[in-house]
Amino acid sequence: MTDNTTLTTATDRPGRAGSADIDADVVVETSALTKRYGDRAAVDSVDMTVRRGEIYGFLGPNGAGKTTTLRMILGLIRPTSGSVRVLGRPAGSRESSSCTGALIEGPGFFPYLSGRANLRTLARHRGLSDRCVEEVLARVGLVDRGNDAYKSYSLGMKQRLGVAAALLGDPDLIVLDEPTNGLDPSGMADMRALIVDLARAGHTVILSSHLLGEVQEICDRVGVIANGRLVRESTVSTLLGDAILKVRGTPQDRVVSIASDLAGENGFEIDGDAVLLDLPPERAPDVVRALVAADVAVSSIGPTERTLEDVFFEMTTTSTPMKGV
Amino acid sequence: MSASTLRSPTGSVPDAAGRNTVARSVRAELFRLRAWPAMWATLGTWFLLATVFGYVFPYISYTTGSAGFSTEGQSAEVLLQGVLPESVPDVLVQGTPLFGGALVLVLGALVAGNGYTWGTWKTVFTHGRLRPTIGALLALAVIVAAMVIVTAVLCTAISVVLATVESQPLIWSSAADLLRSAGTAYLVFMMWATIGFALGTYARSAALSVGLGLVWTLVVENLLRGVGSALPLVQDVTAFLPGTAAGSLVGAVTGAGQGTPGVVDVISGPRAVVTVTAYIVVAVVTTGILVRRRDVN
Repeated sequence: MTDNTTLTTATDRPGRAGSADIDADVVVETSALTKRYGDRAAVDSVDMTVRRGEIYGFLGPNGAGKTTTLRMILGLIRPTSGSVRVLGRPAGSRESSSCTGALIEGPGFFPYLSGRANLRTLARHRGLSDRCVEEVLARVGLVDRGNDAYKSYSLGMKQRLGVAAALLGDPDLIVLDEPTNGLDPSGMADMRALIVDLARAGHTVILSSHLLGEVQEICDRVGVIANGRLVRESTVSTLLGDAILKVRGTPQDRVVSIASDLAGENGFEIDGDAVLLDLPPERAPDVVRALVAADVAVSSIGPTERTLEDVFFEMTTTSTPMKGV
Repeated sequence: MSASTLRSPTGSVPDAAGRNTVARSVRAELFRLRAWPAMWATLGTWFLLATVFGYVFPYISYTTGSAGFSTEGQSAEVLLQGVLPESVPDVLVQGTPLFGGALVLVLGALVAGNGYTWGTWKTVFTHGRLRPTIGALLALAVIVAAMVIVTAVLCTAISVVLATVESQPLIWSSAADLLRSAGTAYLVFMMWATIGFALGTYARSAALSVGLGLVWTLVVENLLRGVGSALPLVQDVTAFLPGTAAGSLVGAVTGAGQGTPGVVDVISGPRAVVTVTAYIVVAVVTTGILVRRRDVN
């Protein structure tokens, strides 16, 4: 008898039990994944795909359903309906969980044990050697503080120990929920480097984070969840779209008028003393000509890219499900 | 150190066949429990109480001629006999139904409940739920066994010292009596430990489960037995309660009616064994069902 038999029943789908027909590039696949608490759908029909070796950013406002989705991927929560397959197996099965490491909603350790003893406890549960513990401690820079009691750790150290626990056993899939919580800027940079390094070494990383700049910097693809629904899943570059033009000139009302003529009524946006035009950078000469003709003193014009934060706010305020590349 | 070096060729990959996985979890749980001050505090309290109520108070009563609540009406000869090596089997079990049971219930509740409070079960359950839970229960069984053995050794050592001080001959109890007594203590402790573990799992909190468990063992059962003396229906129900079963089992070993708190003669010894065993099974199965079926939040 294996653990989570009922979970297996809930997540398994007919005709998909064998590993031969599993797409080897797909590490996590959810299909119409739903979790309801009473009448409220915490996660609603989420179809999500995480591919091998990528860093997948999982974004969403607080209470959007991120952690619930991640817990279902880890087999900690049973879906109300739909399915989750991890490495071709039902979530929570011994085969999938043995190849998965996670830091989910903050680290959970025995406060009276040292960081090293905590990891050794986890390693013993899984039949791993103490050598693995030393490796992951070194990986997160806690070797020197490994013998200190966990309860004496700073928030950042606890977080790093949580990441070390997720790395135990060299898992194929690593799920990190807000791993940079409590880290100082240097610690954040180290964590980003570690995640990138893990992906380069062939690990697949699901990264849930509120730090959108961090996600934009290191993630290959992102999934955005709002109100329990996956509103977008695509590569970061697709999500950000093409570069647009940013113009500064006086008087600004005349710049706005020209912007409206060239980009359309909904094709521009005022951003402080600048005006953003939804036009490709190669249209810059046309824009300059029109501005000069209108007697505008142009102080600067150039291409600019939307940030993930801009896109995130757009999507999470208008949550229409769509799927990109 | 690069990420690739993490992929060590040895020792990194869990046993694919999953063999000995429960044994690993037992090892893991013993590894972390042995460093837990709360566990040593609980065990230390038991050893202290067992010594105080089993030897210190009776010996003081013997030497001063005064009587305590548990020694009232006993002759000096009986009091002295009670602290000599031949009485080790009785002393070993006499504290188990009341404060001994309450202490191991606290231990079981702490082992299970604190894991939820600290979030450690969440971390461990990421790699399976039942195996670590069974491992924790078996680790608890090992600790309880050690607790009984150490208690027997402690009782023997103290009784030998007192016999020497009182210039009494060293008369040993039979091995069968000692084993029967140790087995009884183990069964009673395991019943309360597994009930505590089940409560900790149900409440997902150490504080609530400890509180509920102690109120039940120290208050509710005694109240029900008190009410039962006037209401036959309640009396019938109390015959099935864990405290009654534990007290009756100990009473069957020591001989009921000695006035030891918690020791009763409500049901027969064999029926008490069955009832205590049934409670262990129900507590373990309930724990397993809760762990498997509930979401880990």
